[in-house]
Amino acid sequence: MNLIRQFSDDCWDILQQISDPEIPVLSVVDLGMIRGVELNQDNNIVVRLTPTYSGCPATDVLKEEIVHAFTAKGFTPIQVVVDLSEAWTTDWMSQNGKDKLKQYGIAPPKGEAHSCGTHVALTDGIECPHCHSIHSKLLSEFSSTACKALYQCQDCLEPFDYFKCI
Amino acid sequence: MSHSVFSQFLLHLGDSQLILSHRLAEWCGHAPELELDIALANIGLDLLGQARTLLSLAGEEEGLGRDEDQLAFFRNEREYRNLLLCEQPNGDFAQTMVRQWLMDHYHHLLFAALSHSQHKALAAFALKSLREVKYHLRFSTAWMERLSLGTSEAHAKTQLGLNELWRFSKELFVLTTEEQGLVTEGLIPNIEPLKAQWLDVVTVELQRFELSLPETGAYRSGAKQGLHTEHLGFVLAELQYMQRTYPNMSW
Repeated sequence: MNLIRQFSDDCWDILQQISDPEIPVLSVVDLGMIRGVELNQDNNIVVRLTPTYSGCPATDVLKEEIVHAFTAKGFTPIQVVVDLSEAWTTDWMSQNGKDKLKQYGIAPPKGEAHSCGTHVALTDGIECPHCHSIHSKLLSEFSSTACKALYQCQDCLEPFDYFKCI
Repeated sequence: MSHSVFSQFLLHLGDSQLILSHRLAEWCGHAPELELDIALANIGLDLLGQARTLLSLAGEEEGLGRDEDQLAFFRNEREYRNLLLCEQPNGDFAQTMVRQWLMDHYHHLLFAALSHSQHKALAAFALKSLREVKYHLRFSTAWMERLSLGTSEAHAKTQLGLNELWRFSKELFVLTTEEQGLVTEGLIPNIEPLKAQWLDVVTVELQRFELSLPETGAYRSGAKQGLHTEHLGFVLAELQYMQRTYPNMSW
């Protein structure tokens, strides 16, 4: 039993080292992209990965990196399965992840996904990750990547990215 | 169930996303503002991701061993099943926004319905895409509002764009006789009644935008028969060039 737990912990430790190429401060675990790590009946390690956005170009890179990292630690044979059965949501992002995001200069998603309706505009008043003022203004709903919107702080005047809730 | 009918239906959905995505990508480096450039590219990227899932599913259902890349790069114009609306040229920014707004409303209703499909992969795809579409729809609606209720020039251009594109709207939500069978089997919900809902919401919004619904008798359709306007060939020439020239190359 302890061996199994140790194995599982080791797998998650490896995954914790794999970061999103677009947001290097976040690991795939922080993002909530890993839906499970299991041994299948042929003793293959199977990592189930749920991509963030449909078109996220990071998905293919991440798959390769996971295989590479597990292989380097001697954890083989390893398989990465893309799991689309449930849609990824920012609700899966860990609190640790949200804190790291903020320290990195990106405002973390505010609220839960179900609160993002079709006609509810992205609101002003997202907390500036630099000076923590809430006097911010939405500049563009789409920013450097599809998952972010561009804001500008009205106090320190710095523009910043906001990770949209989805 | 006929695998080929379902596979063709998935191709129809996937091809529409792929071609619309390609059109949006054409704005890259040319949009009126940097933020719009990035927004259009990002929306295009979402659509491309959706296309990849749909084409992969279509390939699996078809059972001939074709993957997403083979379907995207090695089919001719007559084998493409996308909506004619998606392949229409970008025109000016107003026309692109009209096309996007019509398509976003279409996606919004369509994906909500498809999320109830008994085909698990399709239902999961629809639910995921619906979340992305909500952002697209908000973006295009905000621009329709700004353009149509802005200067008289912007209003006139938006109306012109709508007049130009409206004739391609008839084939949205249409199911062929064979596809009706998919409804009976529970693979897809009956999407035909959504057409009236789409028309209602678009009509109400157009009134708010002070735009008039174009009157036309000359509707064009042909997506599901592979009968396209002259524009698709040019899109494919660009999209498929590398793979046609160096088959199966990769980097």
